[in-house]
Amino acid sequence: MGGAAPVLAQTGPSDGEALLRQRALAASCAACHGTEGRAPAGSAMPSLAGRPAPWIVEQMSAFQSGAREATVMHQIARGYSPAQIEQLAAYFAALKP
Amino acid sequence: MSGVPLLPERRRWLQAAGAAGLLGLAGCASTPNTAMPALRRAQVLVVGGGWGGATAARHLKLLSDGQAQVTLVEPDAALVSCPQSNLVLAGHRTLADLTLGYEGLERLGVRRVRDRVAALDLARREAVLASGGRLRWDRLILSPGVELMRERVDGLSAAHAAGRVLQAWKAGPETLALRAQLEALPDGGVFVLTIPLAPFRCPPGPYERACLVADYFKRVKPRSKVLVFDANPEPVSKAALFKRVWATQYAGIVEYRPSFNAVAVSADGREVEFELGERERGDVLNVLPDMRAGDIAARSGLARANGRWCEVDFLDFSAEDAPGAGVHVLGDAVLAAPLMPKSAHMANAHAKVAAAAVVASLSGWEPNPAPVLTNTCYSWVDGAHAIHVASVHGYSAAQRTYLVLPGASGVSTGVSEREASYAMGWLKGMRQDAGEG
Repeated sequence: MGGAAPVLAQTGPSDGEALLRQRALAASCAACHGTEGRAPAGSAMPSLAGRPAPWIVEQMSAFQSGAREATVMHQIARGYSPAQIEQLAAYFAALKP
Repeated sequence: MSGVPLLPERRRWLQAAGAAGLLGLAGCASTPNTAMPALRRAQVLVVGGGWGGATAARHLKLLSDGQAQVTLVEPDAALVSCPQSNLVLAGHRTLADLTLGYEGLERLGVRRVRDRVAALDLARREAVLASGGRLRWDRLILSPGVELMRERVDGLSAAHAAGRVLQAWKAGPETLALRAQLEALPDGGVFVLTIPLAPFRCPPGPYERACLVADYFKRVKPRSKVLVFDANPEPVSKAALFKRVWATQYAGIVEYRPSFNAVAVSADGREVEFELGERERGDVLNVLPDMRAGDIAARSGLARANGRWCEVDFLDFSAEDAPGAGVHVLGDAVLAAPLMPKSAHMANAHAKVAAAAVVASLSGWEPNPAPVLTNTCYSWVDGAHAIHVASVHGYSAAQRTYLVLPGASGVSTGVSEREASYAMGWLKGMRQDAGEG
């Protein structure tokens, strides 16, 4: 997917448009992990905002492979491509915890 | 899939904006956006303040950095969560526990109009309010929920109007009324639950209800029974898990009978009749009829799929039956894609894709070509244990629908307390995501 970058750089969406798509993608995590990745007080789900991007990528990969035990996340994680996971990770990492 | 890499300059900007606590399109000075005034000028009207509508209002504000002018029309004073309302029937929760106000949305700048929409004037792009006023829209997000088709079961409308046979399929006063019926039921009494053919709101809901009423009986009225008559040949969600719970935890209490379609209830509200002529008596009947899209969708000509549901273009949830009118429909009212449940979480997911598409459109951008929907439905089997079904749905441009992505679905391996704690976390997240705070 990284190979698509040069093409997108020429014909892809504007920065604002790309950011909107990235935010909307990140919003797909929010019902459980909280709006903008900030889990509500007392929630059993972890916050994602402010987590280092490599950590998020690593966890999603471990959920996908089954290396990290889970009730739900091994099923959810398999719905995201490596490129999407990279976008999610970058987005949440840039947010204040 | 959507293949949008983070360009280095935006990565830096994101970090800076994140550090400043001000992540916003408006702050993106490197890409002046001439379309922004349209986004600020446009009137975005959200009709229906359930999970779909409230979440859409919240994300219209979020994804436009507060620029979109959003009005929410909803007659009720607060949103009462259907998810976890079966716990009220068992006495494990109060309705107050499950009620969220709209003040959080108002603090975000959403204008709230407490009224009912009587009609949609699609040509003029105006909603006609029950009070007589009109609200104009540039974009309308309609989240009308479901209507119960009591007329499809003989005698049900009258039995419901008399308060004898309840549905309690929208959380609120009727949930408490059904709870009162269960409390009045004598030990040794029979609770009869009938389930319509899929699709209906909340696929696991009736089976969860069977568990939680059984949980109440087991603790308080151990000689009582739960008889489940399902028009479907098998539970339509988490079948193996529910059947295992009934056979173990609720052995001798829950009886499940598949392929029984209720067609009539008696005038005294004590007897239900099925398609093939069988009859069953109970002390409390809970007859769930077929469902369809909420009235306002039907009356506006937007619910033409099988005469029941609203067909949408899944890329942006625009209504297929109102081309060019700026109308988007979401939530349970939508003619579902394959394996797409009519659930609160799915309405939340629809809302965010629709909100992003509206913001994109008002900014002069194309909708995201590869939207993603997630869903997790938790069901409680007693006051402390839960199970789930989860799925991720990706948009297929070739089939113009959502498909469950390979490997990205599944259910619990068993009943657990851990999943109950996640179910509680999920509801907290859903509330926040619907703008509560």
